[in-house]
Amino acid sequence: MNVAVAKTGNGRAVSDLFASAEGRLPGSPSVIATRREAFGTYERLGLPHRRIEEWKYTDLRALVGEVLPLAAAPDAAALKRAAEAVKTHAIAGARKLVLVDGVFAPDLSDVKALAGQAGFKTLRESLEKDAGLLKTASTDAVISLNAAMATDGVVLDIADGAQLSTPIQILHIATSASASAFTRSRVAIGKGARVTIVESFISASAGAYQVNDAVLITVGDGADVAHIRLMDDAPDAVNVSSHFVTIGAAVKFNFFNMTTGAAVSRLQGFITLAGEGSELSANGVNLLQKTEHGDTTLVVDHAVPNCVSREVFRAVIDDRAHSVFQGRIIVRPDAQKTDGKMMTRALLLSDEAEADNKPELEIFADDVSCGHGATAGALDDSLLFYLKARGLPEKQAQALLIQAFVGEAIEQIADDGLREHVIGIAERWLERRS
Amino acid sequence: MALLEVKDLKVRVEEREILHGLTLTVNEGEVHAIMGPNGSGKSTLSHVIAGKPGYEVTDGQILFKGEDLLEMSPDERAAKGVFLAFQYPVEIPGVATMTFLRTALNAQRKARGESEYSTPDFLKKVREVSKSLNIPQDMLKRGVNVGFSGGEKKRNEVLQMALFEPSLCILDEMDSGLDIDALRIAADGVNALRSPKRAMVVITHYQRLLNYIVPDVVHVMSKGRVVKSGGKELALELEASGYAQFEDAA
Ligand SMILES: Nc1ncnc2c1ncn2[C@@H]1O[C@H](COP(=O)(O)OP(=O)(O)OP(=O)(O)O)[C@@H](O)[C@H]1O
Ligand SMILES: [Mg+2]
Repeated sequence: MNVAVAKTGNGRAVSDLFASAEGRLPGSPSVIATRREAFGTYERLGLPHRRIEEWKYTDLRALVGEVLPLAAAPDAAALKRAAEAVKTHAIAGARKLVLVDGVFAPDLSDVKALAGQAGFKTLRESLEKDAGLLKTASTDAVISLNAAMATDGVVLDIADGAQLSTPIQILHIATSASASAFTRSRVAIGKGARVTIVESFISASAGAYQVNDAVLITVGDGADVAHIRLMDDAPDAVNVSSHFVTIGAAVKFNFFNMTTGAAVSRLQGFITLAGEGSELSANGVNLLQKTEHGDTTLVVDHAVPNCVSREVFRAVIDDRAHSVFQGRIIVRPDAQKTDGKMMTRALLLSDEAEADNKPELEIFADDVSCGHGATAGALDDSLLFYLKARGLPEKQAQALLIQAFVGEAIEQIADDGLREHVIGIAERWLERRS
Repeated sequence: MALLEVKDLKVRVEEREILHGLTLTVNEGEVHAIMGPNGSGKSTLSHVIAGKPGYEVTDGQILFKGEDLLEMSPDERAAKGVFLAFQYPVEIPGVATMTFLRTALNAQRKARGESEYSTPDFLKKVREVSKSLNIPQDMLKRGVNVGFSGGEKKRNEVLQMALFEPSLCILDEMDSGLDIDALRIAADGVNALRSPKRAMVVITHYQRLLNYIVPDVVHVMSKGRVVKSGGKELALELEASGYAQFEDAA
């Protein structure tokens, strides 16, 4: 590749992205040096494209083209619109932490109410000390770009034994079109703690904005965690999110992601089972229409023996949309007695809908039980006819069957209220179908 | 008044003609039985009336309350009062029976311009009907027909019929798979729905069902046509002599 002068589609030099943002990026001079290095990595690699194995089905160069400039910090009007969006998307009773265009918004957040339950600071505050949170082992281009550009995020510490009865909801709200928000958060969950973390990605003004988010999660031994992600972005948005989760011993970790928006989205999760006797349930739903492209990529790494992982993934694809599911299960040589299963199903609602499913098992231990299964197909005509013969119009009959189909993943959410919230988002997606 | 008029109906499935000019008129308040050998086209007729895709009507017409039924989508037909109790009801995992019943009932009411049922009214109605049909409440919490026994599936069809109050009920082998007690209960449920405004078409192989649901007219179908019609004694005749005599007539 010729990198003499890397330029984007409209002739802007790639380096302008960082140069024009640098003055606004929080951190001491040493932090800025770390950022510059990370940006160097990104500049060298450029946006991922189809010749990079992990990005084979999600060619960001072709799908996105260029990274938009950093969003301006939200002004009063933007915050006001964000406040409206919070009202409609907040989960009842949750402690809210709100990021607007990549900047923490204290007035929209429940920092005080959270105080007794979790340690909290912003990424900006954390970077005043050191660049620790900008560092990850990954050399992925979008993660490097995130390290270079991250303006803010939440840094949560859940103490050992803490039992949080109400969820913590991190809301990412985009208010400005034609701009990018870069956020990075860390959640450290103590031993024996019990917590539910919800992340919601929404917009307060439909537009072609971009989100690049990264979350680092560590889970102490014996913790019980529910982690729910709701990517409900505007139709023209781009959302590329990366997750790094390290799980201790005897943990119950229940992960759920649902994608119901964005022209282009990718969630890449890297989950390591690093302590014995843990159970991971990782589930996802892609609901895609028009020409949307949604990619869920999960790498589950069994690094130690005696862990269980279960993955249930459902994709519903309408019009000319494209769903990608890549699920890799790695079983390290020591990880005997691993029990890892993955089941993915795609429902194609139109002839032009597309589903790519790439399961991979990399097994280096000999005493394990691992497997995967996949199906893809249309709605069952005989079921549709039964419903129509009972008076349901075509669209309504389809909606009932689609809800049943995704229900197999949604029902993995244990909390009734959260499950209803998620079902509500899926219903709104169904209503948007033309 | 004629509720259903099937006139010289010719139907093809996958290039093969199954119904070869079938004519049948059912008036309001009447109960008709259709009997006939396996493969004579009884289910095909019921499917075409309900609007199942995959059947090509090449000739003839079906009028329901004087309107052209073949022009309507299956859901429109249901809202107008056509109900088919399927010979083989499908299982729909993940759709709770209660949700299904309420969605269907309200969809029909909405299509007719009636107000939707409130939840308490709906629950009351379902409880009444399911009790009279000996259907336990916990069955209604399961997916539609999921894990139901053959007989339970059939009772669930009668439950829907009682709930939707259609004006034309077509029962396709409602008696198959029912034990003697269940048969009586289901038949009682059907009889309770008999009314001067409602007609029923009962498809069966066995005279026994017609002891419970006594028909006004009995038709014999053979090879895609109605070959003989008569009173309820025709069913007894068939029971004694079989269909051989009609094979030639067809
Ligand atoms: N989808 C189909 N494709 C091909 N042939 C079909 C199809 N559906 C029905 N047929 C044929 O049409 C004929 C009539 O079938 P139908 O099910 O209507 O008979 P029936 O009278 O209901 O029989 P039974 O008493 O066994 O229920 C049979 O020969 C059957 O094989
Ligand atoms: Mg039949």
